[in-house]
Amino acid sequence: MLLTISTTHRPAADLGRLLHKHPERFQTFELSFGKAHVYYPEVTAERCSACLLLEVDSVGLVRNRNPDQGFVLAQYVNDRPYAASSFLSVAIAQVFGSALQGRCKDRPELVTTAIPLAARVDVLPVRGGEQFLHRVFEPLGYQVEAARAPLDERFPEWGASPYFAVTVRKTTTLSELLTHLYVLVPVFDNCKHYWVGDAEMEKLLARGEGWLASHPEKEEITRRYLRYQPSLIRMSLARLVEEEEEGAGTADGEQPTVEPELGLEQPISLNEQRVGAVLAALRASGARRVLDLGCGEGKLLRELMRDRQFEQIVGMDVSIRTLEIAQRRLKVDRLSPAQANRLELIHGSLMYRDRRLEGFDAAAVVEVVEHLDPPRLSAFERVLFEFAKPRVVVLTTPNREYNACWDTLPAGSFRHPDHRFEWTRGEFQDWASGLADRFGYAVRFLAVGPEHPDLGSPTQLGVFTRPS
Amino acid sequence: MKISIPNLSLVVLIGPSGSGKSTFARQHFLPTEVLSSDACRGLVSDDENNQAVTGEAFAVLNFIASQRLALGRLTVIDATNVQAESRKPLVEIARQHHCLPVAIVLNLPERLCEERNQGRSDRNLGPHVVRNHHAQLRRSLRGLSREGFRHVFVLESPEQVTAATVERVPLWNDRRHEHGPFDLIGDLHGCCDELEALLGKLGYERFDLDGVTAGWGTACYRHPAGGKAVFVGDLVDRGPRVLETVGIVHNMVSVGSALCVPGNHDVKLLRKLRGKDVQITHGLANTLAEIDKLPQPLRSAHCRELAAFLDSLVSHYVLDGGGLVVAHAGLKAEMQGRGSGRVRDFALYGETTGETDEFGLPVRFNWAADYRGSALVVYGHTPVPEPEWLNRTVNIDTGCVFGGRLTALRYPEREFVSVPAIRTYCEPARPFLPDGKPADTLTAQQAHDDVLDLDDVLGKRIVSTRLRGQVTIRDAHATAALEVMSRFAANPKWLIYLPPTMSPSETTAEPGLLEHPAEAFNYFRTQGVPQVVCEEKHMGSRAIVIVCQDELAARERFGVTNGETGIVYTRTGRRFFNDPALEAGLLQRVHEALAAAGTWTDLQTSWVCLDCELMPWSAKAQELLKTQYAAVGAAGQAALPQVVASLIDAAARLAGPSRESLEQALTTCQQRHGQIAQFVAAYRHYCWPVVSLADYRLAPFHLLASEGRVHTDQTHSWHMQTLANICHAAPDLLVATPHRLVDVTDQAQVEEAIGWWTDLTGRGGEGMVVKPDHFISRGQRGLVQPAIKCRGREYLRIIYGPDYTASENLSRLRHRGLGHKRSLALGEFALGIEGLERFVRHEPLRRVHECVFGVLALESEPVDPRL
Repeated sequence: MLLTISTTHRPAADLGRLLHKHPERFQTFELSFGKAHVYYPEVTAERCSACLLLEVDSVGLVRNRNPDQGFVLAQYVNDRPYAASSFLSVAIAQVFGSALQGRCKDRPELVTTAIPLAARVDVLPVRGGEQFLHRVFEPLGYQVEAARAPLDERFPEWGASPYFAVTVRKTTTLSELLTHLYVLVPVFDNCKHYWVGDAEMEKLLARGEGWLASHPEKEEITRRYLRYQPSLIRMSLARLVEEEEEGAGTADGEQPTVEPELGLEQPISLNEQRVGAVLAALRASGARRVLDLGCGEGKLLRELMRDRQFEQIVGMDVSIRTLEIAQRRLKVDRLSPAQANRLELIHGSLMYRDRRLEGFDAAAVVEVVEHLDPPRLSAFERVLFEFAKPRVVVLTTPNREYNACWDTLPAGSFRHPDHRFEWTRGEFQDWASGLADRFGYAVRFLAVGPEHPDLGSPTQLGVFTRPS
Repeated sequence: MKISIPNLSLVVLIGPSGSGKSTFARQHFLPTEVLSSDACRGLVSDDENNQAVTGEAFAVLNFIASQRLALGRLTVIDATNVQAESRKPLVEIARQHHCLPVAIVLNLPERLCEERNQGRSDRNLGPHVVRNHHAQLRRSLRGLSREGFRHVFVLESPEQVTAATVERVPLWNDRRHEHGPFDLIGDLHGCCDELEALLGKLGYERFDLDGVTAGWGTACYRHPAGGKAVFVGDLVDRGPRVLETVGIVHNMVSVGSALCVPGNHDVKLLRKLRGKDVQITHGLANTLAEIDKLPQPLRSAHCRELAAFLDSLVSHYVLDGGGLVVAHAGLKAEMQGRGSGRVRDFALYGETTGETDEFGLPVRFNWAADYRGSALVVYGHTPVPEPEWLNRTVNIDTGCVFGGRLTALRYPEREFVSVPAIRTYCEPARPFLPDGKPADTLTAQQAHDDVLDLDDVLGKRIVSTRLRGQVTIRDAHATAALEVMSRFAANPKWLIYLPPTMSPSETTAEPGLLEHPAEAFNYFRTQGVPQVVCEEKHMGSRAIVIVCQDELAARERFGVTNGETGIVYTRTGRRFFNDPALEAGLLQRVHEALAAAGTWTDLQTSWVCLDCELMPWSAKAQELLKTQYAAVGAAGQAALPQVVASLIDAAARLAGPSRESLEQALTTCQQRHGQIAQFVAAYRHYCWPVVSLADYRLAPFHLLASEGRVHTDQTHSWHMQTLANICHAAPDLLVATPHRLVDVTDQAQVEEAIGWWTDLTGRGGEGMVVKPDHFISRGQRGLVQPAIKCRGREYLRIIYGPDYTASENLSRLRHRGLGHKRSLALGEFALGIEGLERFVRHEPLRRVHECVFGVLALESEPVDPRL
């Protein structure tokens, strides 16, 4: 991993003074994750280049750290030794600390003088593509040059790599250039920050003072810092889904930051309307003890908690990670005992008969069935309608016909990569009516969201009622 | 006095303070059988005489009593128990657990108790206490049996107490010492012709019995080999020859060639015979008509005999060491071998939900669906078209009197033998014989298996395996497995096996290497294994392939009804192909190869389960390859040339020690430049573009199971040979695995095999797997690893990173512990084979799923994934 800083400022030797590193020496520094070398490949009258070379010891990193982290397969086979990451920030702070803070004992005036500078990073992983690179550097006054490396020449169909050779140029102080690199390099890399500790992350953010607040991309920049939170459960899950294509999204923290279907549906706040319609149906049913099956992060649960009609509320989800988020969002730890007694979050699956689900007045199954493989639907049907058999079931699922209303959604694709199917109104109603018939329920249908004259509404809702 | 108590009972000692209860308990029972209220006072308050904690002490006592009785342990309550309200909860606990409460009363003279109390230094009870106790006891004595005590023994003097002996007697239903063989015969309802035919078919010989009263007739049967018939009740009503039927059963029972449990019809007849007012419905009239035809005085005499016989029948039997239970309407696990009114009622009538169906008949609660007991329960009561297995229960009432058949279950063979009804003697209120069974119906078990129960997988679980005893699955790992199983796995009916993890060989000291075959051979040699098979390790993705001969086989054997005839799934139970046509195409090719090789007929099977590697790796691991391997290669190849160039430039400018240390760094970087190229070459070996089925290769290496057999009794040589024959039938898709048999005690053979490995890995191969020739091998310390992998130097670059061969890295990487990996490998292997064996034995799906789920859960345990 190489950072090259060049200037055409004269005298060229000033760069050495600013960096506090002698151009005629090859210097090596021991760092927690390996070694850093500083040397000057070019020192002429016109131009001076200084190199910061990191030798990341990936074996040592795995061996000396928290043993739990050692179980992620990625750790020996990873791009850290080659690509610019938060390690580079740590090295800048430790090796070029004075330069970064703008100190120079011999020539104090130098540090405040803007000089023509260029920084080249040969391998910068940029999640978000070249556009993001420009959006981040250009508002800060940099000229950006970037070239993307191929993933594997032998297999051009695999596409391009996320790595760019990047050069940024600006006439500025060295301290500012280093500060920007220090903060921004990990932002491009994203989601691998667990290689450095929490304390380091805070230091990084503190360096953004004075310029980050007015940066147009400030939200994205800070969000990328705060995203990655390792969870042991997720790691053990990752051990199982490593090789699996779609599974990878949920396992390695690379999942899109916004649920894709949310992105589509947001302009019409469909989610809110959906929760509203489900609440209305549950209220109308007179239910006191309710289940939210596939409760996700707890949006519906929160509304249920606000209505005293619902005396016992149980949220179930198959994903432990999601339940943890729900637990946090609903502030379960801080509920009064009376409130806490109304709510229970349980880990479970709609593929297995579950005695904990028996004896409820109503169940909400919001945007869940489309995540089940069609051959497994029959298990779900029996688990809910034969065994749990609440008096009322309120079930929603996307209306595939409506997808045509979204220009951004390619024809024939689903709203979410984990959807195993999406039904037309006819398909849903056939399924629901057959189901109701078999298990002795009556069913009525409702449209949720703006209705298109031909295509219907984006969400379809069925209310199943069992005559008591 | 001889105190006879049932083996499983709740013995309640009753007596005033000082009457000698604790001494009596010590003499006649195990210390652990006795629960003393005073000891419980001590447990909760450190003071055995603390009267202020009575409530807490009895809560503890009742709780322990309850747990013991649930486990079937005789329990003795050592407390005064002189008040009805203190005995009531004890009677209730006994009732809950279907066992008999027994009262032993020590009604000793008041003066004696008082003297004893005064002699005790630790307790100072006034004389009024003992007086009160006595008064309460006197008031209690007469009501004890009304309170629910089935046996009451009263000892009135110290002499009687000294002379008393306690004898434990088995319950009448306890016939665990009888091991059969048995022929269990369904509801008779007076179908004597069919009974005679069936007994004949089962090999029973008829003879005339002397010395029985005339009403019974002389007809009797016995089996020459000593087997016993076991009748599941409902001998009477509806049919044409009721009294003769009962006569044969009675006679067989009296000579010991049969056992019989009563049915609800038999009990109703008994009530009628005893003069109770019962409704003459459901065919009772037939029985009464037969009785009426008997001439007097025989009629009256026989009615008495009949009543005595029916009264003598025990509600259910526990046979064959507890492995077989017979009851007319079935019996829940917690009631087996117990005696109470509720047990008897359940055995006779089952449970109803309180609803009635469209024919006006009560809807029965399907207790068998929830049955999780280990004993096989054989029952009748409700006519079914076919005898139906469900969760180790079987209903053998095939409605003979309604024109069905009379069925016997041969035990232990578990085969059905039946004779058809000669005619329909009675029209059932609810038709039970459909007009021709629809072709796509599943068995009761398969229909039940559509839905698995969370209780059977979640939480900490201990799975019993034949190969490795009990394998423990921890709670957190089951949780992770549940998510994967629910979100990604294929239909559990297909998932009969998941492959175990495999340990590498011990780390080698050979320069430049982490793994070398010498360690693998050495492992097996030290385990006492003489011969091993070395198989080339294919680098693709693990795939389990199940192929059925046709849709019928898929339905009958797997209960899959959506037209699928097989599946290809991954090591985590996920369907391998998203494209059903591609999967069907591959299965079709394998099917044809099996047919061409004659496997279907050789193995006499309609399905096979193969353990395979599916190539290329890039087909399934595309995402991993792109985000991980190719990315690292791309980053390295983009970075290192620039690094090397800048160092060369700088070197030209420097001199002295600085130049020396720079050149050191330069050398390292140049090496790393070469290593990243080797890394890219290594993964490229296992990648090729996949457009259609023609681009896939499937290498089967275990023929795991087929109908009736798990092929772990065959050597790996057999597996290799058999599979090679199949592979030759479809060479474009199937790859026979190159392998060799090695005698690990012959150094020449070992050297040769090492050469083979060196050559193989030199050409880019992943490496080899070394297995003991016998599929299951045991060493001095139990099960030997079923396989050890030995991977090549270049392959390991994609595991340990491009630069792992650098000596400073290798020296650190050599410290790796294999213990946990190996223990996991054995646990998962045992679970995998156990699952297959259960499937082959036609066990309920939950029993198979438990093993498969267990493998998945163990796979989520934290272990170095590079091993």
